[in-house]
Amino acid sequence: MGTDSLGFIFLDAAVINNFVLAMFLGICPILGVSGQLGTAFPMGVATAFVMFIASVAAYGINIVLGYFGLEFLSLIAYIAVIASTVQLVEMAVKKYSPALYRALGIFLPLITSNCAILGVALFQTSNGYDFLQSVAYSLGAGAGFILAIVLMAGLREQVDLADVPSVARGAAMSLMLAGILSLAFMGFAGLGGG
Amino acid sequence: MAAEREPISMDTFLRGIWRENPVFVMLLGMCPVLAVTNTTANALAMGLATTFVLLCSMALISVLRDLIPKEVRIASFIVIIATFVTIVDYAIQAISLELYDALGAFIQLIVVNCMILGRAEAFASRQPLLKTLVNSLGVGLGFTLALLCLGSVRELLGAGELLGVPVLGEAFQPWVVMLLPPGGFFVLAGWLLLFAWIKERRDHRAKTRKEATADGH
Repeated sequence: MGTDSLGFIFLDAAVINNFVLAMFLGICPILGVSGQLGTAFPMGVATAFVMFIASVAAYGINIVLGYFGLEFLSLIAYIAVIASTVQLVEMAVKKYSPALYRALGIFLPLITSNCAILGVALFQTSNGYDFLQSVAYSLGAGAGFILAIVLMAGLREQVDLADVPSVARGAAMSLMLAGILSLAFMGFAGLGGG
Repeated sequence: MAAEREPISMDTFLRGIWRENPVFVMLLGMCPVLAVTNTTANALAMGLATTFVLLCSMALISVLRDLIPKEVRIASFIVIIATFVTIVDYAIQAISLELYDALGAFIQLIVVNCMILGRAEAFASRQPLLKTLVNSLGVGLGFTLALLCLGSVRELLGAGELLGVPVLGEAFQPWVVMLLPPGGFFVLAGWLLLFAWIKERRDHRAKTRKEATADGH
C-alpha cells in the first residue's frame, strides 16, 4: 500500500497519527465531555461531521484564494466556515434532540475552537492533498477522534468506580489515562513503515 | 458584577500567573501545551507568540467592546484573533525558518486556543483598555511559565539537555518516551498531581491549626 493511496491516508489519520493521542489536537473536549459514553459518542460524531465539511470547504477556499492570490486570508476563511458549520450542527441538534443538546452544553459551540478541525484544514493544505485524499484524510481524522473520545469515556467510567487517591482525582487522572492510551497508540506507528 | 469596577491592582496582574493560571488551574489551551513542549526553546517561543496574540487581540477587543454587537461577538473575536495570528505566523517565518518548522501548524492553531477566546469573553469584552492589558500580560506570562515548566522537564528527562546544552552528563540514559506524545500527558499529569498535593497539605495544615485553636478555648 503506497503512502499516497486513499486507504493509507485514512488509516494514517485514524490510528497511526491519531489526532488526539499522537498530535494533541482537540484535547479540551476529550477532557471535558468524555465523562460518559452516552454523550461522548454523539460529541464525536458531531465533531467528525464538522471536520468533514470543514475539509471540503477548505479545499474550495484554497482554490478560490489561490486564484486571487490572497493566501494570507486562508486562516480567517477557514475559521469563518468552521464557525458557521458549527452553528448549523448546533441548530440541528437542538431541533432533533433537546436532551442531547442539554447534555453537551457549552461544549457544542466550543467545537468551533476545537483545534482538531482547524488542524484538518491546515494539515491537508500543507500535505498538498487532492480532493479525494482530503476527503479520506478528514474521514480518517473524524474516525480517529470518535475512537479516542469513546475509549477515554469507557476508561473514565471504569475509573469512577475505582478508589483513586484524592490528589489524583479529576484532571490529573484523565491525563494519565490519556497518556497510557497514547502509549498504546504508539504501537500503531509500525503500520506506517517508520 | 462588582468585580468589574475594581481598580487595577497587583492582583489583576498576578491572578493570571498563579491563582487562575490558564494551564494548571483552568485547564485551557491544552493542545499547544502538550504538543510543542518537547524542548524548552519551542515552549518559550510558543509562549511568547501566544502572549503577543493575547495582548494585541485583547487590546483591540477591549477598545471595540461597545461597538461589537452581542449576537456576533464570538465571530468578531475570532476574526480579530485570526488577524493577529496571521501576523505572528508570517513574522516567525521571517525571523527563524527553523523555529517555524519546529512549531509547524501549531502557530496557526493559536487561533483556536480556547484560553484566548475565554479571556476575550470573560474579561476583555467587559473591561477598559488598561486593565485588560495588565490582566492579559499576567495570563500570557502564566501560560508561558506553564509551557516552560513542561518543556524543561521533558527536555531534561527526554534528552538530558536544557536549551540544547547537555546538563546531565554522558552516563544519563535519556527517557525517549518523554519527547514522544505520551510524555506530554504524563508530565502535565505530574505537575497537576504536585499542585494538588501542595494544596491538600496546605488545607490539612489550616484545618489542624483551626482545631488546635478550638481546643485551646
